[in-house]
Amino acid sequence: MTFYDIKRQYNTFDFENYTTGVSDKMVESSMQKEILNDMDFLNLLSPKALNHIEEMAQKAHETSIKHFGKGILLYAPLYVSNFCINNCIYCGFSTKNKIKRKVLSFEEIEENCKIVSEYGIRHILLVTGESSVKTPLSYLKKCVEILKNYFDVVDIEIYPLEESGYKELADAGADGLTIYQETYNEELYKLLHTQGAKSDYKYRLDTCKRAGKANYRNLNVGVLLGLNDFVSEIFFAGIHAKYLQKSFSSAEIGMSFPRLRPAVGTYKPKTVISDKNLIQAICAVRLFINRISIAVSTRESKELRSNLIPLGITKMSAGSSTEVGGYAEKRKCSDGQFKINDTATVDEVKKMIYKKDYQPLMKDWTIL
Amino acid sequence: MNKDFFNIAGIELKSRIFIGSGKFSNNKLIPEIIKSSQAQVMTVAVRRFDFQNPKENILSYIPENIHVMPNTSGARNADEAVRIAHIAKNAAKTDLIKIEIINDNKYLLPDNYQTAKACEILAKEGFKVFAYMNADLYAARDMQNAGVAAVMPLGSPIGTNKGLKTKEMIRILTEEIIAPIIVDAGIGKPSDACECMEMGCAAVMINTSISSSQNPVLMAEAFKDAVNAGRKAFLAKLGAVSDRAKASSPLTDFLN
Repeated sequence: MTFYDIKRQYNTFDFENYTTGVSDKMVESSMQKEILNDMDFLNLLSPKALNHIEEMAQKAHETSIKHFGKGILLYAPLYVSNFCINNCIYCGFSTKNKIKRKVLSFEEIEENCKIVSEYGIRHILLVTGESSVKTPLSYLKKCVEILKNYFDVVDIEIYPLEESGYKELADAGADGLTIYQETYNEELYKLLHTQGAKSDYKYRLDTCKRAGKANYRNLNVGVLLGLNDFVSEIFFAGIHAKYLQKSFSSAEIGMSFPRLRPAVGTYKPKTVISDKNLIQAICAVRLFINRISIAVSTRESKELRSNLIPLGITKMSAGSSTEVGGYAEKRKCSDGQFKINDTATVDEVKKMIYKKDYQPLMKDWTIL
Repeated sequence: MNKDFFNIAGIELKSRIFIGSGKFSNNKLIPEIIKSSQAQVMTVAVRRFDFQNPKENILSYIPENIHVMPNTSGARNADEAVRIAHIAKNAAKTDLIKIEIINDNKYLLPDNYQTAKACEILAKEGFKVFAYMNADLYAARDMQNAGVAAVMPLGSPIGTNKGLKTKEMIRILTEEIIAPIIVDAGIGKPSDACECMEMGCAAVMINTSISSSQNPVLMAEAFKDAVNAGRKAFLAKLGAVSDRAKASSPLTDFLN
C-alpha cells in the first residue's frame, strides 16, 4: 500500500468537525497511552489539547531524553543554486520572481565548504532550487563528492528524482533526503503549484519512498506551515513519517516544522501558526512517534529555538545562509529563499544549547 | 568481597558497572559519573569521535585509567560494523569493541544474525568483542563459539528504562553460556541492576537511567551500591524459593 492509498482513506474525513468535538477526557486518555493510534495523534492536535500543553510538553521532554539523551545535532544548509522552473506562489525562488539567480561553480562550492567546516559544522544539507537543466544530476553528483570531502553527513534537499538518481547520489556520498510536501491537501497543492515538474502531487508524495528504496539513512518530511490549516497538515505529515518508519526500518525518519517566512513576492500566509500551536505540533509528533528526529531551522527566532530545546527537538541548523554561496560571498550575489530569523553564529548557538543544559553535537556519523 | 575481581578480555576489573557515554548534557559530566559509579569501562560511539575538533572529542573527557570501549552504533550490517571496528582500533588505540548492529530505527533492536557474523570476523582478527544482542540462547551460543569476550543481552529495548522484560531468557543464558553475561539496555532502576547481579550476571551496562535522571551523579552512585549489593547476594547464595511455608523452627523435629 502506498502512502497515497493511506491518505486517500481520509479524503472524506471532516477534520474540523472531529477536532472541535474532542474533549479534555479524550486528550487525557490519548496522552496516557504508550502507543498512540492515528486518532490519538489527532486528539493531541485538537484545540482542546492546548489546555494540556504543559503535560504534553513534560511527556515529550521525558520521551526525548530517554530516546535521544541531551544532545542537539547541529547542521547547516548550503544553497548551490536558486534557479527554479516551478511557480510556487509562496516561494522566493518562484520562476516568476525577478531575483538575482546563480549556480555555484565547483570552485565556489569548495570555498563555501571551507568556511562552513571552519565553523565546526560536520553535517551539511545541500539545497538547490528545482531545475534539472541548471543543476542536472551530473552537477549534483559532483557537488556531493566535494561536500563529502568536508563533511561527515551530506543530506540533500533538491528536486525529486527517480530511484536510480538517488542511488547515483548515494554512491557519490549522499546520506539522506529532506523533502517537504508543502501541503498534503491535493486540491490546494494543484492551486499552489500550477506549472513545472512540481505540479505532480503523487510524484512528490512518493519521493521519500524512492530515496528509501535507494537505501538512504535519513528521510525527512515536513509541511510548510501557513499554507493550510495546521491540524490536517501536521496529521498527514505525522502519519507519512510513521508510514516511512514502517517501510524503511533502517532509516532514521525525521520531521521539520517550517513556518512560512517573509520572502520575495507578494504571498501572504493563509493561516498564521502561533508559537503555541508549533509547540503543540512538536509535542504531539514526539508522543505519536517516539523515535523521530525533529529539526528546527533558523526560520525561528533565537529565543523560541532556545525554548524548544527541551520540548523534543533533536536537530538545529546554525549559522545558516539561505543565499547561494552566502557563506563566502562578501557582496550579495543572489537572493535568499526566505529571510532568516535567528542570525546567531555557530558558537553562539552552541553556547545557547549548553545554557539549556544540553550538549551540541557536531558529529553523529562516521564516513565508511 | 574485596578480592572479587572480574577478569574479562584480559583486563582485571573490580567494578561491575559499564557506563555508556552517549546521552549526557555535557561531556564534562563524564569524570564525575565515573567517580560516583566507580565504573572502570566506558563505551563510546565511534560515530561521535571528532578528532578535527579536540574540544568536541569525547575521548579527552575520559580519565586515563578508564578502559574505553568503542561501539559500532550506526552499523546496519556486519560489513559496516567491521569497518567501524577498524576505525575504532586506529582512533582509540584499543582492541576492545562493542558490536551494535541495528537495522530497526524504531525499537533499536540488535540484529543477532549480523552481530554473530561480525563477531566471528572480528574475534578472528584479534579484537576483544562484546556482543550487544537480543536475549536468545542460539545466538548467544553462536557468538560464544565465535570467541566473544562477553555477550550483552538487552533487558528491554534501549532507552525505555522498562527493566528486565527478558529476565527468563537472561536466566537461561546465565545457566547455559560460559562467556560472561553483561545485561545491556533497558535497565531503568538500581533495583533492576541489583536483580541482574543476584541472577549471576557478570556485570551491567547503564546509560539512559543515569543520564535521564534529575541528578545523574547521585544516580550513578545508587547504581554502584545496587550492583555491589546484588553481587554480594549472589556470592552469599540466595535462599531457595518454595511454594510452601518452611518453618525455621520445625515443630516435629523431636521425631528424628
